Amino acid sequence: MQYLIAFLVGGAICALAQLILDTTKYTPTHVLVATVSLGAVLQGLGLYEPFQEFAGAGALVPVSGFGSSITKGMLAEAKSFGWYGLFTGTFEITGLGLAASIVFSTAITLFRKPQR
Amino acid sequence: MRPQEYQQLVQQNLPPRPVLKNTLWAFVVGGLICTVGQVILSLVPFFEPSKTGSAAITLAAMILIGSLLTGFGVYDELAEVGGAGAAIPITGFANTVTAAAMEYRREGYLQGMGAKMLIIASPVITYGILVSFIVALIKSLILGVL
Repeated sequence: MQYLIAFLVGGAICALAQLILDTTKYTPTHVLVATVSLGAVLQGLGLYEPFQEFAGAGALVPVSGFGSSITKGMLAEAKSFGWYGLFTGTFEITGLGLAASIVFSTAITLFRKPQR
Repeated sequence: MRPQEYQQLVQQNLPPRPVLKNTLWAFVVGGLICTVGQVILSLVPFFEPSKTGSAAITLAAMILIGSLLTGFGVYDELAEVGGAGAAIPITGFANTVTAAAMEYRREGYLQGMGAKMLIIASPVITYGILVSFIVALIKSLILGVL
């Protein structure tokens, strides 16, 4: 059941993004930035966590989860350390995504050439 | 013919975008990627019971998958079919980083790969941080944390 929910929710987010791409003049970068920002705002409103509780990977895997994680980290560290936690908390959770992307990409670049 | 008129003519004669088809494919591809994520998310707790830990491992695994598929040229095909369905998941983020890393490697490891690896991903990182900062600042002020 959780698999179906993840499929439907994740698919719906992507379908909505594609619909915006096809019916407006916005570029993929606009849509990606909007998705990340939306995740950040929903996290701030306290809505992203219940959403993720419900949708599982359907909410975790889209980049909106990236935005929500940044806000979550900032809020958590601001609570622990005060104002500078807003800065130190930036990569508390998302550092993983960034570091993994950089490390894996470098490793692959050592072995593979661009296909086209 | 003036440039505007020409543009108009081009617009008129452009084949209509297959909006419904594109949207459906984005739904299917994006949905399937999230389902793969859900499979990992459901299996990880067997050796990493903490919630934050299993979410982190799932994301790392998805990024590895995205990078590997990019390395083997498969993700490009997926993006061709899925559009936003391939771009919106975190695998798409990994795809932009790996693709840029491979592309700019020929300009050298420092000035090429090192400088330009995040060239496509950085709007997402930059605005993710900026928007999050504003949201977190406002919320912290309202909650009286600061």
